[in-house]
Amino acid sequence: MSIPEVDVLVIGAGVVGAALIRELSRYELDLLLVEKEVDVSFGTSKANSGIVHSGVHDRPGTLKAQLAVRGCQLFPELAAQLGFLYKQNGAVVVARSREELAELEKLAVNGRANGVKGLSLLNQEELRRLEPNLSPELVGGLLAPSGGIVVPFDLVFALTENAVSNGAKLMVNTEVQAINPEQGGFFVRTNQGGIRAKFIVNAAGLGGSEVAAMLGDDSIQLYARKGEEYLFDRKLEGLVHRTVFPLPSQVSKGILVIPTVEGNIMIGPTAQRVETPDLSTSLAGWQEIYGEARRLVPTLQPNDLITAFSGLRAVGTTGDFMIAPSTLSPRFINAAGIESPGLTAAPAIAEYIVELLKESGLGLRRKQNFNPIRSVVRLRDLDFQAQAELMQKDAAYGQIVCRCEMVSAGEIRDAVRRGATTLDGIKLRTRSGMVRCQGGFCTPKIIRLLSEELGLPPEQISKNGPGSELLLGRLRAVQEEGRKEEQLHA
Amino acid sequence: MPKTKAVDLVVVGAGPAGMAAAVAAAEAGVEKIILLERQAELGGILPQCIHNGFGLRYFKEELTGPEYAHRFVQELKKHPGLKVKTETMVVTITPDRKVVTTSATEGLVCYQAGAVILAMGCRERPRGAINIPGTRPAGIYTAGSLQYLMNIEGFLPGRSAVILGSGDIGLIMARRLTLEGVRVKAVLELMPYSNGLNRNIVQCLEDFQIPLYLSHTVTEIFGEKRVEKVRVAPVDKDFKPIAEKGFDLSCDTLVLSVGLIPENELSLQIGVELDPATGGPVVDSFYQTTVEGIFACGNVALVHDLVDDVSTESALAGRAAAAYLKGEIKTKRWLPVKAGRNIRSIVPQRIVVGQTTPLYIRARYPERNATLHVGDGQTKQQVVSPGETIYYTLKPEDIRTADGWVEVSLEGGRVHD
Amino acid sequence: MTELTCIVCPVGCRLKVEQGKEGLKIIGNGCRRGVAYARDEMTAPKRMLTAVVQVAGSERMLPVKTETAIPKAKIYAAMEEIKAITVSPPVMIGQVIKENLAESGVPLVATGTIAGEGCFKPLEKSLGSE
Repeated sequence: MSIPEVDVLVIGAGVVGAALIRELSRYELDLLLVEKEVDVSFGTSKANSGIVHSGVHDRPGTLKAQLAVRGCQLFPELAAQLGFLYKQNGAVVVARSREELAELEKLAVNGRANGVKGLSLLNQEELRRLEPNLSPELVGGLLAPSGGIVVPFDLVFALTENAVSNGAKLMVNTEVQAINPEQGGFFVRTNQGGIRAKFIVNAAGLGGSEVAAMLGDDSIQLYARKGEEYLFDRKLEGLVHRTVFPLPSQVSKGILVIPTVEGNIMIGPTAQRVETPDLSTSLAGWQEIYGEARRLVPTLQPNDLITAFSGLRAVGTTGDFMIAPSTLSPRFINAAGIESPGLTAAPAIAEYIVELLKESGLGLRRKQNFNPIRSVVRLRDLDFQAQAELMQKDAAYGQIVCRCEMVSAGEIRDAVRRGATTLDGIKLRTRSGMVRCQGGFCTPKIIRLLSEELGLPPEQISKNGPGSELLLGRLRAVQEEGRKEEQLHA
Repeated sequence: MPKTKAVDLVVVGAGPAGMAAAVAAAEAGVEKIILLERQAELGGILPQCIHNGFGLRYFKEELTGPEYAHRFVQELKKHPGLKVKTETMVVTITPDRKVVTTSATEGLVCYQAGAVILAMGCRERPRGAINIPGTRPAGIYTAGSLQYLMNIEGFLPGRSAVILGSGDIGLIMARRLTLEGVRVKAVLELMPYSNGLNRNIVQCLEDFQIPLYLSHTVTEIFGEKRVEKVRVAPVDKDFKPIAEKGFDLSCDTLVLSVGLIPENELSLQIGVELDPATGGPVVDSFYQTTVEGIFACGNVALVHDLVDDVSTESALAGRAAAAYLKGEIKTKRWLPVKAGRNIRSIVPQRIVVGQTTPLYIRARYPERNATLHVGDGQTKQQVVSPGETIYYTLKPEDIRTADGWVEVSLEGGRVHD
Repeated sequence: MTELTCIVCPVGCRLKVEQGKEGLKIIGNGCRRGVAYARDEMTAPKRMLTAVVQVAGSERMLPVKTETAIPKAKIYAAMEEIKAITVSPPVMIGQVIKENLAESGVPLVATGTIAGEGCFKPLEKSLGSE
């Protein structure tokens, strides 16, 4: 097999890598996006708060401030083109005491300095009118109407799918193991073979420091900061309309109450520095989050909880995003330390990196036939007539697999064709198994559909990659295998 | 709206409730009946409940789940006007009884029904709802979905399991897993008593020396990709885990049997009133909900412990729907039930005056030698357990209409030691 | 004295069994079946066994049961035999799948129906057409 040769290799298919590859796919370039996990978006971008920040929080003059404000502005058009789940619902930062009102005013000044539009300070009564379910203890707020919410993995899927349809290549299960500079670029060794690349962008998230070190660049120091999040049933839709922030602390924007695009209420995240990254949730995390969230929305009840998850942010040492060519090679761009507001900033980070690549000598010629549009079928978003027409064309859209979210077999099949190979991949692309019943009814059906579509036996279908297979095997096959083992022991 | 077909009765769900209701309605003379089922097979949960223990009350003989379902399927076949639609999902029901469905074979179809019977059953409470800390690996199953995977599809989940929850489904699955060669390390129960039937504790756990830990729960799940172990701890009187007494059980499978929730998304869509005590619609002596012409029966109204009760109650609802269609049920005077001492829930919640009404009552906590009072009526209850239904047939003379309600309470009992 | 929980029906009566001069003395039973259960349980305990078997050409399992209870001691041997069975459709409910399961003298019978060739087509599906 010949070694792929590409103009730009992007390492890491999180939101930064995905936004970048999509931005680069506007140009006549050979592009390759590699991801070590079984699917795109399976790292930091899968598990976060999904907030498109207005940019009020960031210190003026930082890359964070510049790129968050720009990113936030790019979202509405991007969402219109790519059809990911996004809503400009606005954000409100609330003050819990008279003293905090002064802090709010400072935050407003900060936001205006960053170029955030439309900010307004609210008194208690105005706040109550906008968000009647907030605690009566809250004395005022800062409204940022440009803030929004997005389903983060849906954004990553949309970006990569659109890039791939515009000619970019994607390789999952591909872990970069060594990077060697050579004439005119790099030779990259992966577990899937070698790759020659003229330019490399390191968007490896938590692995960013390791990837930079492969080139000999030790400048990237990162640690993981864990955040737990708790998701409540959609019957609470409308409890709050805007994302509700307390005033920020030194390390984070605090525990938020987030109305998700799909109508659930989410609370979180914690911000805990961890030495050994894991994705567990904890009783302490729940107690902290629930306690804080109740101070904002006192009616929140634990009975309505449907699930919890946690994610890891890659935090750098500079307090800002670290996006620059490596001192060792201008053809190797680091995009590291992309903590909050990284999701918001991602589209702007992509533009910014394209400029850096250009400065480093990458030739850019616009593609004539670039198609900025991506579309997917979401049965539940269609009216009866459109649904009926769709079912007429393809009966699989009439066969409902997930009853909580009304997801059809046709959409599951589409998700596999869009790149899902695992139960989690299906869940994140279709919401099947994500909400109320948490997959109690649909899991067996999805295992079967995945098995048919991928041509694999059901026992090879996994939750999120090798090692997470869902079934041991057929009843009798397992028993026979056990008997063989017994014979061996005897 | 898609093209509309007029029918007399639509029954949503062909589990034990829906089948019994449809058969009873057909026997009472309703002609055009549509029975809707989202699965490929009839029977709801019954085909996967391969164990015996069904039918003693209803058929006076002991049957397995598939056999119990089979009896009703035979009855369904006797009525040519009763059409069954499998693999058909209800999308919407309106208060004026338009039922929109979708299926691969017919696409979108709308039925305009004279009456609707809701018989959607219930679903299992998942992990998230009970908020167990830890990682999110593969190998965590609700008992019912595991039962489906094993008994219908023939798959084995793993080699060793811990079961959280000692309701009947948890107990049945402990035995089933053991018989298939999976090592069941323990069954854990948060409460100080099991919600399962005594006979299931004997024949599912004791027979196989599976330990039952009462007042214990899982406090953390470990394993990155697949479950590797769970941490177990006893709980105090307020159900708070006592962390220092915790211990680990290694297993690759965690089975959750932590409760059933009536599946009432469609009921909410219609706008029927729900009873917070049951999680199901408020119904009257005829199993009519608070929206006229919409009936509800079976586990969608109240999670029963015996399928026989589901059938009995649903047949009553089916006959009532038939009477309603004939115009025999007019708005009648009713009294609400009122839960007194040690009563968690009562179904039906509205007693139609002059109507003999079988009640399904649940207690809050176990006790012995109590007296059940229902209005002026009373009976002795030797053993009261929150896991087991208390039956009482309310007669018209038990109620005093002047009271404005029917009080139900357990009095004079002795709480277990 | 031995205490037993009767498993004959869902009531689960708590039985007390005493070895008297004229045989076993049983109290606490709600019905006559409890007496028979206690006798068996003290001498030769029996259990119903239910399971599933493979169906040739289908991924849908067929549910089965022992026609009556079999000796408790034979449960595992019976399971071994059941696991080795593959039935060929059609199978009707009540049909004997295996005589004399694990030499218990009790047959294994189908508790479900498989119609058609190979694939599990529940009979009731044919009801659907209008």
